[in-house]
Amino acid sequence: MKPYRREDFTHSNEVRWCPGCGDYAILAALQKVLPDLGLAPHEHVFISGIGCAGRLPYYMNTYGFHTIHGRAPAVATGLKAMRDDLCVWVITGDGDALSIGGNHLIHCLRRNVNVKILLINNQVYGLTKGQFSPTSPVGQITKTSPLGVHTEPINPLQLALASKASFVARGVDKDPVHLGQLIKAAYEHEGCAIIEIYQDCNIFNHGAFDAFSLKNNRSEHTVLLEQHKPLVFGKEGQYALVPDAMGMSKVSKEEGQYLHDSSHLLNAMKLAALQFPDYPVPLGLFYKINRPVFNLTTKRTKSTSDLVDLYASRASWLEN
Amino acid sequence: METDTSIVIRLAGDSGDGVQLVGEQLTITAALTGRDVRTLPDFPAEIRAPQGTIAGVSGFQLAMSEKPIFTAGERLDVLVALNPAALKTSLAHLNQLGLLIINQDNMQPKDFEKAGMKLDDYQNLIESYQILSLPLITLTLKAVEGVKISHAQAKKAKNFYILGVIIWLFDLSLEACKALLIQKFKKQPEIQLANEKALIAGYNYAMTLELSRSQFQLGTLQRKPGKYRQLHGLEAVGLALATLSTRTNIPLLVSGYPITPASGILQECAKLTEYGVSLFQAEDEIAAICSAIGAAFGGCLAMACTSGPGLDLKSEGLGLAVVSELPLVLIDVQRAGASTGMPTKTSQSDLMLALYGRHGESPLPVIAANSPIDCFYTLIEAFKIAIEFMTPVIVLLDAYLANAAEPWNIPDPETIKIPDINYNRFIHPYERDEKFSRSWNRPGSPDFIHHLGGLEKQGKEGRVSYDPLNHQEMITLRAKKISNIACIYDPLCIEGHVEAETLVIGWGSTYGSLKSALNLCESQGVKLAHLQLRYLNPLPQDLEGILKRYRRIFVAELNTGHLCQLLRATYLVNAELISQCTGQPFSTRFLVETILSRLQNETLST
Repeated sequence: MKPYRREDFTHSNEVRWCPGCGDYAILAALQKVLPDLGLAPHEHVFISGIGCAGRLPYYMNTYGFHTIHGRAPAVATGLKAMRDDLCVWVITGDGDALSIGGNHLIHCLRRNVNVKILLINNQVYGLTKGQFSPTSPVGQITKTSPLGVHTEPINPLQLALASKASFVARGVDKDPVHLGQLIKAAYEHEGCAIIEIYQDCNIFNHGAFDAFSLKNNRSEHTVLLEQHKPLVFGKEGQYALVPDAMGMSKVSKEEGQYLHDSSHLLNAMKLAALQFPDYPVPLGLFYKINRPVFNLTTKRTKSTSDLVDLYASRASWLEN
Repeated sequence: METDTSIVIRLAGDSGDGVQLVGEQLTITAALTGRDVRTLPDFPAEIRAPQGTIAGVSGFQLAMSEKPIFTAGERLDVLVALNPAALKTSLAHLNQLGLLIINQDNMQPKDFEKAGMKLDDYQNLIESYQILSLPLITLTLKAVEGVKISHAQAKKAKNFYILGVIIWLFDLSLEACKALLIQKFKKQPEIQLANEKALIAGYNYAMTLELSRSQFQLGTLQRKPGKYRQLHGLEAVGLALATLSTRTNIPLLVSGYPITPASGILQECAKLTEYGVSLFQAEDEIAAICSAIGAAFGGCLAMACTSGPGLDLKSEGLGLAVVSELPLVLIDVQRAGASTGMPTKTSQSDLMLALYGRHGESPLPVIAANSPIDCFYTLIEAFKIAIEFMTPVIVLLDAYLANAAEPWNIPDPETIKIPDINYNRFIHPYERDEKFSRSWNRPGSPDFIHHLGGLEKQGKEGRVSYDPLNHQEMITLRAKKISNIACIYDPLCIEGHVEAETLVIGWGSTYGSLKSALNLCESQGVKLAHLQLRYLNPLPQDLEGILKRYRRIFVAELNTGHLCQLLRATYLVNAELISQCTGQPFSTRFLVETILSRLQNETLST
């Protein structure tokens, strides 16, 4: 029997996202998987920035901190680096992580702070009611882009890989079971893990991902990344992706001899660069390596009696 | 304008010349010979600017006296200029008939060209001074002949040659200086020998010149017995942090982003890991304050340090710390602005920003240290306030305080009062004690799960709330909590003539300049009371009564009147501003002249 149940991680606070919001599924996936990780609720800390996703810590029966816009990775860095005994999660969104907080995100990934970042991407500003975000695709009509967005969006996973992230994955709200598996893998990874989660904002950007994320569309338009398995897609799994000199090529299943290798940085880059609808959307673990983890806890070797020597460490003199 | 009993000397040379090292040796030798000492290293803004240029000048200033002194002085009695550039930047500060020591070997036409000076100008200038011009390199090379070192190393010994000259001139202890030198270079025996030979040669050279040194002869000052060292403001900060972490046995995070003149704090802290101090060089100013907030949430001691532009960027983070009521300390080493301004130059112009520079109603305590040594005690007090009242605290230092140094009677670390730290006092995070201070509940504790955040809080649990009445209550409560901090202050101490009609108020690092200025006023028969404020928010409870006792109040500050406006607005008193914004510490002469002329004008007009 598991020591913890889902209810142990569910807070009594009333959940206040819009009915139908993709965040409900993400919250449920988290609450479902946390008991499997074996830590008690009080050993987890959820740190969020500003945005709809920023509310998530209030719904978790764990320690939580709803900080300021874009800064959750910085707050989490200070906490985790000094309190390695805690399991620290960062909950952020596309505007929070990639616009106002872009600098903190890349440095958190670069340092390999051992926190788990869930980047909930709905390609729109929801809490401020419908402006375009740094991941909004060209042409998207929003309240601040009535003629359509005319700037190129950021690709979060390319950014993460370029920042030397040691664990890079992507999931969708519509597939909570798969998302749960990714969350568990992120927890088990020793280092900074980032999962981009496509999430449906059913008010301001409804159906943005439906073409590939709905259950019926998934086999045709997504590629499930599984270690040492071919990159198969298509209704009957009749196609596959293989890396080539320029990126990835679509080939028939029979020609799809390439087996996914999550330790291969260049191929992870190629997968991250694929654009729907020209290519299917890769979901799963793109990249994972083990490298030194950032930590600031110090080994204290000095005591009060040593302070006297420290005080006198610069040239000192005696007066009689 | 200086008191007769103090002598001010400045050593100026190229930033690679080792001026700071010799300055330190001279300072300790003077202290050991029984002088009171105050020092001010004045470093160039451009690190290693081209040799011989104005931008590359490095200086070290020392004031010494047989009586207690409070600043490193302004006007120079002696100037040692190792090249024309050094001469150009410092000569204006040398008193008429002051002693100018120059290195003849570096006073060639090409040297003057590099400094943008004409030889003729120099020859006209120097008529007003006593000149000691010596072929320093030639003399040094001769003195260290036979020592197995390179030519370049032999030339470097010139600083000790000059030191020898100064030691004789000021009648300081050659033996003490020699002992220091031997200790300093014990790992490089050849360099040690060369420096020692140069020192003695310089001493003997000065003796044979039969210079008049009667004006530099001082008596000795009796210091309390004990162990002493020269302490800079930034070093004092580092020592305070090591003390806090060691005595409390709680890890301490120092977060910062390199910025002049606060970067020195990061460098000090980098050496303190064995004392439980962790250093985080953040990606930007915002990450620095936010990581400190994260560490404080985790139950660690947390500090961030910055300077003006960085304080601008930290405003939002401070607001979060105010609402989440987390204890942390932020040091602002003030520098001259606006914008990038003059990064290495001092100022007190961030007071209003520290007090009010956050959106919403966001009160927090602000305190200021008044001397390099006081930086040590102020830091410890700031943490005490932060933890006792669960609040961020801003400590205002400035570029002058950061770099100035004075002798510190090294205390017993056991006697230093450190904060009491108790986690998980109440089950709910926003349950409060009689001081309205909330419970610091530590993540990882099984029964204390809670959520913090920047949204308005309600009740003991700190629930998110948009209730109008609750917001009113919380605004009042947070303000009351901060204003209550004044209850723990010691009574204010008025210095000088308590019974005088006029009170001069300063705050922070101007203590020394004001004290010197008021002593000079007294020597001219004008008695004044002096109050130096360290608590800028909340203001001390006994301040109003004191202000009402004086007929005239002058507020002297290195800004356009921040404290003066605050006192006028808070207490409806006719406080009069004395303002200086030059990037320099207060000029004693300026203070004395301003105070005396204002007092005189009043007498004339009545």
